[in-house]
Amino acid sequence: MDLMIESLPRLLNATKLTIELTLLSLFFGIFVGVFFAILRTSKNRVFYFISYYYSYIFRGTPLLVQIFIIYFGLGQVEWIRESFLWIVLKEPYSCAILAFTLNTGAYSSEIFRSAFETINKGVVEAAKGLGLNRSHTFFKIKLPIAIRQSLPAYGNEMILMLKGTSLASTVTLLDLTGVAKHIISTTFRPVEVFIVAGSIYLIMTFIIHNFIKFLEKKYSY
Amino acid sequence: MGLLAYGDTGWGDELFFATLMTIAVAAAAMFIGFFLAAIFASFKLSKSKTLNLIGSFYTTVFRGVPELLVIYLFFFGSSGAVMYVARIFGYDGYIEVNAFLTGALSIGIISGAYSTEVFRGAIQSINKGQFEASQVLGFKKKIYYYKIIIPQMLRLALPNISNVWQITLKDTSLISVTGLVEIMRMSYIAAGSTRDPLFFYSFAAVLYLFLTFLSLKLFNKLEQHYSKGY
Repeated sequence: MDLMIESLPRLLNATKLTIELTLLSLFFGIFVGVFFAILRTSKNRVFYFISYYYSYIFRGTPLLVQIFIIYFGLGQVEWIRESFLWIVLKEPYSCAILAFTLNTGAYSSEIFRSAFETINKGVVEAAKGLGLNRSHTFFKIKLPIAIRQSLPAYGNEMILMLKGTSLASTVTLLDLTGVAKHIISTTFRPVEVFIVAGSIYLIMTFIIHNFIKFLEKKYSY
Repeated sequence: MGLLAYGDTGWGDELFFATLMTIAVAAAAMFIGFFLAAIFASFKLSKSKTLNLIGSFYTTVFRGVPELLVIYLFFFGSSGAVMYVARIFGYDGYIEVNAFLTGALSIGIISGAYSTEVFRGAIQSINKGQFEASQVLGFKKKIYYYKIIIPQMLRLALPNISNVWQITLKDTSLISVTGLVEIMRMSYIAAGSTRDPLFFYSFAAVLYLFLTFLSLKLFNKLEQHYSKGY
């Protein structure tokens, strides 16, 4: 019990980094996801294949491999170390965000793609019939429907990403899991630390879950 | 290509056996998960409120907490727990629990939480008439579960079981932090001693892609097989 109270401030402090990593990756990931979802629906074969294999590779391999390739692997290439990319790739923090963004982008692109595909054709035709131009149809009709469609699946993806940020601890970052591991390995009291750190994660999942539920209600029709 | 040579000069054979280890851990974890899922799915479907609560607690905790944290709990906790029990029986030495066992157990418990939801959903989606008809025909509960409900349930659950298998397979990469020599750990060792992390981690990615591709094909075959009558 003492250890639980003692470790709480340190774990809460580390939670800041976990939240930061989650929000930044999700933010960038949405753009990556929408971009590849649009490529996927394109009629150009090359764009289609790029998008298809991007999502196939990032969904078919563990996140740990992706982080290790970006953090340990890319630093080995001479021309990358000499280019501007090195500013991003030399820090574990930006490497982790890059890996998380690409990972969540792959999953989100599938979610957004299927949301766009389920839009009723009649709605798009009606928009055409009313004389709306392409960008109006996209932003005023298709996008709102697609957002509403993808909310439940995207909520799951947000929770998966929150859990995924725990892998930042494997590249020396001290996020919630990283600090929890450090406390466990110095005190050898895994159960107490697990209860505290696990509860913090569960509270965050709970918040995301209810946030999505709220949005679903707000945008239901 | 010399890096992947078979035998003492390259890492081909080591990585081959590491791949087998990944498959073995994933299969063991999946098996443990099914066992747990059978128990907890029945808890979630039972009429008792307490059992419902226990079932929900299990699935919420192990689907909401990062896999890595669960692995650390078992990795650091298991030898402590075993030594505690051994001390009651009068043994006072240090006992180390096998890395395969802790790995399969921790991933299995996570995998079981996902499988529980799959099983529950599949049983719930079976038409109520099926249960009623079996009762009217006078089947005993055990028999109609094994002969009527479970075969139908498996067909419905197969696509989702395939998803859980993919998740479990990818989660095994996290066991590498405990030192079990599966694909990720072997790549780490190879990358360290050859100073070529880009090659070995990329090769690990290829191995995982190969495994996920292969299992997808297998599950498609199974799905075809079990939907023959429909």
